[in-house]
Parts: sequence; structure tokens; C-alpha cells
Amino acid sequence: MSQDALSTLLDTREWLLADGATGTTLFNMGLTSGDAPEMWNVDHPDRVRALYQGPVDAGSDLFLTNTFGGNASRLKLHEAQNRVGELNRVAAELGREVADKAGRPVIVAGSMGPTGEIMEPMGPLSFDGAVEMFHEQADALKAGGVDVLWVETISSPDEYKAAARAAELSGMPWCGTMSFDTAGRTMMGLTSADMVKLVDGLPNPPIAFGANCGVGASDLLRTVLGFAQTGTERTLIAKGNAGIPKYVEGHIHYDGTPELMADYAVMARDCGARIIGGCCGTTPEHLRHMREALETRPKGPAPTLEAIAEALGGFSSASDGTDDKGPARRERRGRRRG
Amino acid sequence: MAEEEDDIILSELDDEELVAQMMDDLYDGLAEEIEEATNILLERGWEPYQILTEALVAGMTIVGHDFRDGILFVPEVLLAANAMKAGMSILKPLLAETGAPTIGRMVVGTVKGDIHDIGKNLVSMMMEGAGFEVVDLGINCEAEKYLNALEAENADILGMSALLTTTMPYMKVVIDEMVAKGMRDDYIILVGGAPLNEEFGKAIGADAYCRDAAVAVETAKAFMARKHNQASAG
Repeated sequence: MSQDALSTLLDTREWLLADGATGTTLFNMGLTSGDAPEMWNVDHPDRVRALYQGPVDAGSDLFLTNTFGGNASRLKLHEAQNRVGELNRVAAELGREVADKAGRPVIVAGSMGPTGEIMEPMGPLSFDGAVEMFHEQADALKAGGVDVLWVETISSPDEYKAAARAAELSGMPWCGTMSFDTAGRTMMGLTSADMVKLVDGLPNPPIAFGANCGVGASDLLRTVLGFAQTGTERTLIAKGNAGIPKYVEGHIHYDGTPELMADYAVMARDCGARIIGGCCGTTPEHLRHMREALETRPKGPAPTLEAIAEALGGFSSASDGTDDKGPARRERRGRRRG
Repeated sequence: MAEEEDDIILSELDDEELVAQMMDDLYDGLAEEIEEATNILLERGWEPYQILTEALVAGMTIVGHDFRDGILFVPEVLLAANAMKAGMSILKPLLAETGAPTIGRMVVGTVKGDIHDIGKNLVSMMMEGAGFEVVDLGINCEAEKYLNALEAENADILGMSALLTTTMPYMKVVIDEMVAKGMRDDYIILVGGAPLNEEFGKAIGADAYCRDAAVAVETAKAFMARKHNQASAG
């Protein structure tokens, strides 16, 4: 079996530049709030091509398809749960078209976001149910020609496992990132070190794993440092937001400048990430600065937390749960049950 | 482990120990134990309202604080809220019979144009866990829907959620509509969602921005206490 395109590219390159924002970029192109971005794959293929072309022109080596909410659970909110196959396949085909015209290797990564459901036993979604939804999406992305599946913004370890299983069923290589947005952990309480264990325990581990979205660029790098400190040798992904959204005179903008994201990109590499990109608020302009910084500035030693805070801003919480300095669980007053 | 389990026979604990045990059991999300303990306290003659406030709500306050402080996370909180609800389902009909005061009633929903609901669902569950009655309007709510529900449900609190920077400004549309109808001051308005912050909450005229579900509960309680004080003073 021949090696997948992403692994081949990683063999020849020290780092890869991923893409930036999808959602915030589409809104800037006129997507109306409340509409499913995935509909545009069919209704406005020209705009989706333009979305993909942005990072390619800015120097990205990899971009994600417009399929983040393309699973049956999310599309159901738009009564489009029966269009999973079509919307994902078309998104992938458009991506293939743009990538193949780039004149250099560009990876098309099939984005798979969370189902939005809470899994058993806390919520209604069963493991098998989640696998089924991800599998349906994965098959469609494969049919449309993506190089790799790209599972992202996951917070539940079971949902991550379900996506891994779906990739296995589809016979596809995959990457998977989680969102660490709650005091340095995922919403479900997973620390960076926990995620390394989770990935190590999978029967079909991803080509690369890491963090995306979350709070700001500083928090994201703390998470990447956390991965690296476990000694993992797997390829790490950093896809952080361009700062934090601010509400100024009726408009929202992310406070991360292209210069700041350039510093972030270089620091992400120093922290140990090899696939580096942005998330919400990251425009092609940011990506251009990131590419230039990665090409022109030398790789350095991993930064300290202080250096990250100094360069990119403070952290959202004092501890991220990996240093035993975080708040401790309360003492029980009654007797413990078995 | 079975030995330890045998150690605790809820009916043999005195009231103080039993309440302490209930707090631990809430913390650990043990629904059956909470049901049992609630029934024991009722048999011992506790008023339903006393059980609600001194055992269940007090226990969930600890859970809420530890969630706020990053000690507990969503899975534990959901299990705790489920356990709380198990006790609450026993108390609810009794509370209605005895005419006990309600802790507060909230109408909550994700704003128009926004389809994200996990944060809003968490707030719903934690508010219920804290003893509030919650009317959940779901996602993509127009101003009219909020306003009608507030009046129909005789609510105290309006909760609005948004995950998108493009949809959060709609909160102001809703509040402006309430102002125009002269009903703004009848309700406590709480807003939340990942891209929001305190500044934004102030700018649009909400009473408070709540960083997470635990903060929403604390804030709702504080505002309700103020409302009750004003009512008794007036």
C-alpha cells in the first residue's frame, strides 16, 4: 500500500503550514448567521473555491474542507440530514480541484467537527451512533477525494474514539485535534497529557494530533507544550485562534494581528508542533505572515510559559491541570462509597 | 469495595450526617442514593422546601463552585445534576402542594441565527440542578419568541446564549425590543457564550455576562435575592 500524501509531505518537510478560519471567513463572504455553511458547497461552489484558494495563495500546505458541521446530527438542525453524502463529497471535490491546480503539493483535509450531542452516560448519543454518523461523513469525504480526514474541535474522549473508529471503517488516514477551552482542558475535563494517553491507546492512531480553537494563542501553545512534555514522538498540530474576539462599536474582531500570529507560528514550532495553522479569525493575511516567519526565523528551544505569555498574552487559567498546581478536589465530609 | 458500600446505611445516619452524605452523593452523581435520602428526610418530617434548600441546592452549590474553579468538569456536573433532578422529582409535587416559594423561573434560548446549544443546555441543566425552573426555547430564537415566553411563563430571568461573533449582537435586538415594550425592568437578563465578555454584556444592556454555567447559577441566585429583598422592602 502506498503511503498517504500527508505522511509523504511530512517526510520531506520539517513543518507544514495549515489553513486559517473557515467559519469566520465564510461570514465575511456573506454567509448569513443560522445558515449551514455546508449548503454553500452546492449553492455557491465559487465562494467555497475562493475560501480554499485563500490559504493556498497565502502559502498553506494543507487546507480543510467546508464540512465541519457536515454530520447528520448537525445537518439535522437544517433538515439536511439526508444530504450528508452529497454535501461532503462536493466539498471534497472542490477542494481537490483547488489543490491540484496549486502547482505544488497541497493536502486536502476533510474536516469533521463534533456531533454537538453529549455522549452516554451523560447524554443521549451512543458510541455506535457517533461512529455511524462519522463513518457516513468519512465515506463521502473519501469519495470526494480528500487526502486525509481531519477530526477537529472535539472535547469528549469517546467522541474522539468514535471518529477514529469511523476513519478505520472508511480505510482512511486521519488527524484529530481537540479544543482545550476550559482552564486548559477540554470541556469534558481532558488535559493535554490525557489526550496523549488517549491517542496512544487507539488501535489506529492518527498521523498527527493536537489542539485547535480553544481560547487564545497562548493557551493553545501551553497545550502543545503539555503534549511535548509527555515525550510523545507523534506529529503535533497547533491550530490556534487569532487572539480573542472583541466587541468594538457594534462589530466583532479578533485581536490577534498578523504579526502576533507570526510570533505564534514560530513559537508553536519551538513548542514541538510540525503542522501549524490558525483557527477562528485567522485570515490569509495572517497566514502569509506566518509562512514568512516560519521560513525566515530559525527554530529555537521550546519557550517557557512566561515567554509565551510575554509574547502572546496571558493564560486564561493559572494551571492547565498537568502540573499538580491546579485546584484540588474537595475533601469528602461523609464516608466514601465503594 | 462491597464492604465499604455496606458501611453506609442512609437510614441509620442522623440528620446532619445524612445531609453531609447527600452532598457527597450529589458530588458523585449518585441518583438512587439521593432519591433514598430525600425520602428518608421526608419521613423524618422535613419540609420539602427545607430538603430542597439545605440538602440539594446546598450540595449543588459545592458542585457549582468546583466547576467554576476548574476542579469538576462537564461530565461530573451533568451526573450531579441528574442526581439532583432525581431528588427534585420527588419534591416537586410536594413543593407545589405546600405553596413553597420558587427559587426562580428562567426562560433560556440560543439567539436567532445561532444553532449552537451545548452551552445553553449546560446552563439549563445547572439551573435546574440549583432548583430553578427552566423553560428552554431551543436554538435560533427570535425576539418575539423570548418575549412571549417570558410573559406566558411568568418568568423572572431571561437567559440568552450565542456562540458566534455574528449572532451575539442579536442579544441587543432582543433587549431593545423589551425596552420598547416597557418590560425590560421586569426581568433579570443574563447573557453568555464563548465569544462574549463582560464589556459586551454591559454594552448591550444585559444585567450580567456569565462566563460559564456555574457563574450563571451564582449570578441568578444573587439577582433573585436582590429581587426578593426589594419586594419585601417595597
